[in-house]
Amino acid sequence: MSPFAFHRFWAVVLKEFVQMKRDRLTFAMMIGIPLIQLTLFGFAINSDPKHLPAAVLNADHGPFARTMVAAMQQSDYFKFTREVGTEIEAAKLLQIGAVQFIATFPEDFSRHLLRGERPTILIEADATDPAATGPALAAMRSLADTALDRDLRGPLARLKGIPAAVKLSVHAHYNPENNTQYNVVPGLMGVVLTMTMIIITSLAITRERERGTMENLLSTPARPLEVMAGKILPYILVGYVQVTLILMAARFIFHVPMVGSLVLLYSVGLLFIAANLAVGITFSTLASNQLQAMQMAFFFFLPSILLSGFMFPFRGMPVWAQWLGTCLPLTHFLRIVRGILLKGSTLSDIAPELWPLALFMVVAMTIGVKRYRQTLD
Amino acid sequence: MAPGTHVIDVTGITKRFGDKTVVNRIDLQVDRGEIFGFLGPNGSGKTTFIRMLCGLLTPESGSGTCLDYNVLTEQRQIRTHVGYMTQKFSYYEDLSLRENLDFIARVYAVPDRRNAVDKALDRLGLTGRSHQLAGQLSGGWKQRLALAACLIHSPQLLLLDEPTAGVDPKARREFWGELHRLAAEGMTVLITTHYMDEAERCHRLGYIANGTLLAMGTVAEVIASAGLTTFEVSGPGLVPLADSLRKCDGVEQVVAFGNTLHVTGRDADRMQTALRSWRTNPSYIWRSIPSGLEDVFISLMGRSSEQFK
Repeated sequence: MSPFAFHRFWAVVLKEFVQMKRDRLTFAMMIGIPLIQLTLFGFAINSDPKHLPAAVLNADHGPFARTMVAAMQQSDYFKFTREVGTEIEAAKLLQIGAVQFIATFPEDFSRHLLRGERPTILIEADATDPAATGPALAAMRSLADTALDRDLRGPLARLKGIPAAVKLSVHAHYNPENNTQYNVVPGLMGVVLTMTMIIITSLAITRERERGTMENLLSTPARPLEVMAGKILPYILVGYVQVTLILMAARFIFHVPMVGSLVLLYSVGLLFIAANLAVGITFSTLASNQLQAMQMAFFFFLPSILLSGFMFPFRGMPVWAQWLGTCLPLTHFLRIVRGILLKGSTLSDIAPELWPLALFMVVAMTIGVKRYRQTLD
Repeated sequence: MAPGTHVIDVTGITKRFGDKTVVNRIDLQVDRGEIFGFLGPNGSGKTTFIRMLCGLLTPESGSGTCLDYNVLTEQRQIRTHVGYMTQKFSYYEDLSLRENLDFIARVYAVPDRRNAVDKALDRLGLTGRSHQLAGQLSGGWKQRLALAACLIHSPQLLLLDEPTAGVDPKARREFWGELHRLAAEGMTVLITTHYMDEAERCHRLGYIANGTLLAMGTVAEVIASAGLTTFEVSGPGLVPLADSLRKCDGVEQVVAFGNTLHVTGRDADRMQTALRSWRTNPSYIWRSIPSGLEDVFISLMGRSSEQFK
């Protein structure tokens, strides 16, 4: 016997191909997933986010504030969506995440400028994700120096040059040191939960089917809901252990500030965990073996990481990708976790993120239970 | 249960998967304490029929009762009183014997659970292995565990789907001993099997092919109703002889048994005529023997596939 015979090796290769061909779903996913993800992520991911929503609080009555706002808008980094009248109103917008920036022009901005008193533009940024605000703030710094150059002509030309006619004051809220870990570590909580919850549950039920124990379980008086709930509960506890571990690491290793209520975070976490488990169960009813279940879980997991705002700034993505991201539970949970930990958000602040999570869970659970019922009949 | 009624009493049970009729108008009555054997080729509808009896599947048409519960509407009640043993080992290989039994006992809400588990382990001689993982057991022990698990909630009816496939003869014999003990205590058993020796151990038999019940009765009744004639022949050159005999008119089966051939046919007269020249050949010894159950089943199988051609 030769140590390596081509015909024996070739026999295995051929058999492997035939089996690959038989498992059509797995084969389709092997070909389809890279294609979908290439087009999806290739176009969606952008680490230089532009058109970030901003609000302006303008107490100036002269022309220069308006010129400045127009210049900021034209830079493509800022997209002014609101005009607010009070600081309280502005702060609220930043708190709930409706805008990324607030530009405040003080009273008599134009008058002070003309007098050469170098008035200050205040830019307040929601810096929970430094990657999202960084490029815009850098652009703002050069804008402040040059935006008014065209208006400062003739006798006003004396105001041009160094130092610039206006001062710029930037307040990075919620994460003043622009510490990326403050953003990444709470985000990881959502990512880890998504990964374990979906993979573990989708495998848990598929395994019962693959090993033949499902038939036995179905022949007992146990009802579908009892079986599902019973399978889910242990993993909810595992999810909470994960949340606790990550929170402890965030607190003691990464020194992430924890401004908001942990009780709120733990209670909202249940909704997110349940949403992911529902997805896992739905996958497990669709997959005929554990490999397929695993692939489906990854098919869901990758967009969750890439389109949710975990890896790349959510607002940097094109609108269609933002819509896709909005459909994923992780997107909403990230905003909730970052909101509670870094911004001290309250229940009413996170409400806009809660109902999409609940809706997602209800839809996924309905499909899951419906599909599970048909398991044998 | 009202006196005189059957434990299983169904008529016209039919099930289709797509446009394939898997079970076709089966009528069956089984009495308390009876061991009823279901035989038939693979894919003949035995498993589907059993699944309908224990409420896993709903029959498309037909009616009847199982343990006096309606098979169409009271599937939940049926499940709690039936012990169902699946064809494939379907307990948890990563749980120990005791943990498996404990789980099943909890699902069925067995009173005095710990005691019930102990008794089940003891009854099947598994006490010494109660902490072993089910996955490490050999086929025979797995089957004992499965039986212990189906019995833990004291069902009145056992539905056993090929319980002895891949089990050695000694374990099979012990298994059947246990079944007869249970039946004597009043347990009703419906069992499917491919083994003829097991079929002969049943009180009554049914033969199913392509979803249709082709024969039913005691072993003797089934054999008699088939009306087969069988000869045993011995002599030199049995393999070419078998080929020649198969071509004879009226001969349905020629099967080698050691140094003899069994020649079977339905029409005794036609077969006698066709075989005359062989029977007068002095190098062969011919003997008339009673037909066996296997001959009957092979014959039934051949007839049913002719019908479906």
